Amino acid sequence: MKKKKRRLLVRTIILSILFSAVGYTMYAQFFAEKEKVVVGEKAPDFVLEDLNGEKHKLSDYEGKGVFLNFWGTWCKPCAKEMPVMQNQYEQFKDKGVEILAVNADETELAVNRFSKSYGLTFPVMIDDGGEVQTAYDIGPLPTTILIDSKGEIVDIFEGGLDEQKIKEYMDNIKP
Amino acid sequence: MKEVKCECGHVNPHGTILCEACGKPTNGENSKKLLDMRYEGSARRSQTYNKTVIDHIWNFFSSVKVGIWLIVLTLIASAFGTIYPQEAYIPINADPSTYYEEQYGTLGALYYQLGFHNLYSSWWYLLLIASIGISLVICSLDRVIPLHRALKKQLVTRHESFLQRQRFFSVTENPLESDINKVEERLKKRGYRVKKEEGNLLGEKGRFSRWGPYVNHIGLIIFLIGAMLRVVPGMYIDKTMWLREGETKAIPGTNGEYFLENNQFIYEEYGKDSDEVFQKTIDRVGAVAKNYQTDVTLYKGQEGKIAGEDQKLVKQKDFPIKVNEPLKFDGYAVYQVDYRLNELSEMKLSLDDKQSGESFGTISIDLHNPKDTYELKQGYRVEILSYFPDFYFNEEGNPDTKTKTPSNPAFVFKMFTPDRQEGETSFVAIRQNVEPLGENKYKMTFAGIDTKNVTGLTVHKDSTLWILGLGGLIFMIGVIQGMYWNHRRIWVRHTAQGLFMASHTNKNWFGLKRELEKVIEGTAIVMPEDQQEKKKGGDKA
Repeated sequence: MKKKKRRLLVRTIILSILFSAVGYTMYAQFFAEKEKVVVGEKAPDFVLEDLNGEKHKLSDYEGKGVFLNFWGTWCKPCAKEMPVMQNQYEQFKDKGVEILAVNADETELAVNRFSKSYGLTFPVMIDDGGEVQTAYDIGPLPTTILIDSKGEIVDIFEGGLDEQKIKEYMDNIKP
Repeated sequence: MKEVKCECGHVNPHGTILCEACGKPTNGENSKKLLDMRYEGSARRSQTYNKTVIDHIWNFFSSVKVGIWLIVLTLIASAFGTIYPQEAYIPINADPSTYYEEQYGTLGALYYQLGFHNLYSSWWYLLLIASIGISLVICSLDRVIPLHRALKKQLVTRHESFLQRQRFFSVTENPLESDINKVEERLKKRGYRVKKEEGNLLGEKGRFSRWGPYVNHIGLIIFLIGAMLRVVPGMYIDKTMWLREGETKAIPGTNGEYFLENNQFIYEEYGKDSDEVFQKTIDRVGAVAKNYQTDVTLYKGQEGKIAGEDQKLVKQKDFPIKVNEPLKFDGYAVYQVDYRLNELSEMKLSLDDKQSGESFGTISIDLHNPKDTYELKQGYRVEILSYFPDFYFNEEGNPDTKTKTPSNPAFVFKMFTPDRQEGETSFVAIRQNVEPLGENKYKMTFAGIDTKNVTGLTVHKDSTLWILGLGGLIFMIGVIQGMYWNHRRIWVRHTAQGLFMASHTNKNWFGLKRELEKVIEGTAIVMPEDQQEKKKGGDKA
């Protein structure tokens, strides 16, 4: 009887080692890859200089909601949502929501001209070398990351946003 | 679940077919059929206990039949994956959801629908491979342990019926003791380990050959573990990076730890008129590439810094990366794989008087970092109002840019001169010069370009390689062990009916026969007969 119990134990141990190895592999292959930036987790910190030479560090914005937008001047949906973002920014900036618009490594001239022509007043910064985009694993533009006052990611949205949706998001991350 | 006590006194585990010690068939069957010597007739545990869920799972994977089915299924699935190209090998810009249908019709669409376009990394394919791995482990464990026990416990004096039912068997009546000694001597000379017991002999050699398949399986399992480790973050990296001459970028996959600067990209061809090789080919195709080379400088960044933060790069080394001569550092290797020659980097324009053609100076615009204003001599200056790196006219008919790469740059300039204080506006693109706000006195004249080469590199890191190598090596050792050695045993036993001589090998029966002939040469011992051949009438020798 003792022998049989031991055999069952040995079998259970071996099988669980094998199955957990397989389980981990499947997990790493299919789920873990996209884990870099994920809803519910803390947003990776970064620091960038805006067009006026002022430095913005994400972690300094804790206590405020952050509407983090990745964009490019050549990208049509980005250009389309800019005026709407500006509009909502004006209504929400006193309610504790900040917009940080991170440009995808373009020339200062192009970004400057763009920002002026749209009359953007929120901080616009250039991700020189693409480090922040890499940190956030940004694919298509525009991509918007919604960060709440605790610095946690509330939602990630790929593609252009309309005014209604932006307002909803702003309300959502408002502290 | 009773244990079985043999008449020789040995207690065998339940499920044993041949007594571990003396070899007597446990079912007491008295037939004349040859014995099935697989696994020495030991009890394969899996086949006997079937109580809990664990046992059921265990027994499922312990079955060789199941293992073979898994392999067959994997083979069939793998074959399916080769019918049409995998997703990684279709053109880069193609959309897989339409590409397969466009290229291969309905079958292509079905192929895509069923996920065969990404077969080798699909969950079910990986599960099949994993099941083979599990089956391999459990099958081996379930067989190697009882086999090892049986071979360790065998007696010299085997049961008569065990000997009689061996494939090679003979009876010699009235044997001579000297003959037996002769046999013993010869066996020893031939490398047999001979054990003696009451005048009976057991000669055995090459037992380690029996472990060959299991060593082989260990190699396979190590190989599978290596393949599995590839998905562990940091173990396996395969990324590409494009680097302009003069540019410094973080090396992907190194978590911002390492940076690479492209000092120069060199593309060389074999000379046309020199007496070099490939002359005929050069005449035929025009050019033959001789060298692709990127001269780089490797830097190390600061650890633990946050993205976007300024940092001091520490130079590590200069290195010329050539095809097959990668830059190696810290487990990474950076290979030369692609290039783009002569990408626009700088554009030169001069400010001219349209009528007189007089020039008031030349500006050179860095297309990756243009300035707002370019000052020229004595009150002349040029401002850039808009910059379109990849210019085209959008749906509204306005100039716009398609990408951020300066492949077709265009500018809107404002030219300030002493006699045109308010400035004149001019739109300049390659071979275009438009005056959108009416006739100008001055114009920007194209005065040349500067180009830079762009290099395409692959960053590679594979920390699993040595595990795969080790697995492969052990696999080969197992194969050799099982292939080039045979496990041969020769039994000699005195019985009432005379001297029994029987012999068994796991393979190469012909070799065993020759060996037996040599061993009994010149003795009165009867040459063991191949009972299988005799029974089948020699038709399947």
